[in-house]
Amino acid sequence: MKLLVCVSKTPDTTSKISFTADGTKFNDAGITFIMNPYDEWYALVRACELVEKNGGTVTLINVGGADNDQTIRKGLAIGATDAVRVDAEPKSALFIAKQIAEHAKSQNYDIIFCGKESIDYNGSEVGAMVAEYLDLPFISYASKLDVNGATATVERDIEGGVETVEVNGPFVVSAAKGMAEQRIPNMMGIMKAKSKPFTVVPAVSFPDYAVPVSYTMPKAKTGVKLVAPDNMEELVRLLHEEAKVI
Amino acid sequence: MVLVFAEAVNGQLKKAALEAVTYGAQTAQLLGSQCVALTLGNIQNAGQLGVYGASKVYNVQGEAFGNFDSQVFASAIAQATEKLGATVVVLSHTSTGKSLLGRLAARLNAGSVAGAKSLPDISGGGFKVTKGVYSGKAIATYDISSPIKLIALAGNEIPLKADGNEVAVETLEIAAPASKVKVLSVKREEGIVPLPEATTVVSAGRGMKGPENWGMVEELAQVMGATTACSRPVADADWRPHHEHVGQTGVAIRPNLYIAIGISGAIQHLAGVNQSKVIVVINKDPEAPFFKAADYGVVGDLFEVVPRLTAAMKKFKAA
Repeated sequence: MKLLVCVSKTPDTTSKISFTADGTKFNDAGITFIMNPYDEWYALVRACELVEKNGGTVTLINVGGADNDQTIRKGLAIGATDAVRVDAEPKSALFIAKQIAEHAKSQNYDIIFCGKESIDYNGSEVGAMVAEYLDLPFISYASKLDVNGATATVERDIEGGVETVEVNGPFVVSAAKGMAEQRIPNMMGIMKAKSKPFTVVPAVSFPDYAVPVSYTMPKAKTGVKLVAPDNMEELVRLLHEEAKVI
Repeated sequence: MVLVFAEAVNGQLKKAALEAVTYGAQTAQLLGSQCVALTLGNIQNAGQLGVYGASKVYNVQGEAFGNFDSQVFASAIAQATEKLGATVVVLSHTSTGKSLLGRLAARLNAGSVAGAKSLPDISGGGFKVTKGVYSGKAIATYDISSPIKLIALAGNEIPLKADGNEVAVETLEIAAPASKVKVLSVKREEGIVPLPEATTVVSAGRGMKGPENWGMVEELAQVMGATTACSRPVADADWRPHHEHVGQTGVAIRPNLYIAIGISGAIQHLAGVNQSKVIVVINKDPEAPFFKAADYGVVGDLFEVVPRLTAAMKKFKAA
């Protein structure tokens, strides 16, 4: 099997988010960056499991600057075979997808994995874009993925339930919770990662059509109003008269 | 022209579709243009989209639309966009809309905003739309510069406006490709408002002590017309179905009212619910971090508080 896993770098889940004084840029001072959890825990680990069972390779791809190399090395330590970094500042989803599609179009990957969304821009867009560029099916929010010969069976989360689909031939999948379990790289993996093939390629020229130009913080909660536990009539009254939500 | 793809499930229009058309109509008004709705496959009452502001409703027939496949649906929507000359395309930010948005962006060479919270601001020649980022911790303003603009509207963001008239549904001839994906089964809980569309959500966590105690949560939800949800440990322990899990790794929701029962409020849980308009927290631990994110709080034993709340709600509903 020949697999590709698209990964991005995001602020740690528990990060306190702030922006530069003029509100135009993310303030990365004091922020710990991690591999986007959906890309790592679910997409990458499942891809590694499939290759460990069936043979083949897992290539990891990232679009970003040299400061992403540590994140990419972690992916190699978890079990990816090799890695490609497209050297560019990732400003918009379509730009990123274009770079990934450019790499993938001549490689004949069986499955292209990505996480269900990144925890910074929450767009869920890149996987679908890559699929469209390569004219492949896209199966989103997959919580289970099994491969039997040329056929893959995938369970995907839908609103209020689950759908099971079957696909023959190459496809793009976005991974959600359930597809695999988080894997902590061991010392052997970390040592091996140092000598695994890791190439840096230039980006193809492509415009950014939709970019964030400014940021604001949501209105802070003004403080919780406590209601006595034996006076639920009062809570109902507040929800009706003050909050106007019932 | 603003083209709105109106989503349906089992042939019925989703509430998200009505919201998208309302949004599309208001956007068209800003642009001095018209709003046209598109439905795919067999849809009942598609003409009612006129009530929400569509000046025309088109339908494309085809067996391929029986099950959802992003490749098939995106092809049809892209063809309709080109055929009708639409310059703004509006989708719903649902699991369906999310898998279409990226495909359409690539196919139409267009900039997109996933999970839009505002009408476009077109002052100064821009096309600016806001959306939540960093899992609801911040709001970003995006500027779209491509000739075609794509927007997936966040759920429960725009109040429905039903002041138009039903329109006749016109057939649009478009050939959609055959699906390469075979749907083996669809298991969907019937008769509930799906979480991403719910305006009221009653959610419970480990404080419930076991799945056998969920009756009181379901009763409260039923009285309120709410959808039930749960925290991650509860779904992981199989106390509740996986699709009820709200939080960072589960479903992200944005109801008008979120009632959290026996949930401590870990940052990963908050990431999935912090865009709720009003949050009520019921917890016996006054130090539970969730109280910091709540509008109303009740410090007390949920096994006593929840039945009392249900009784008070019943009284309110009956009045």
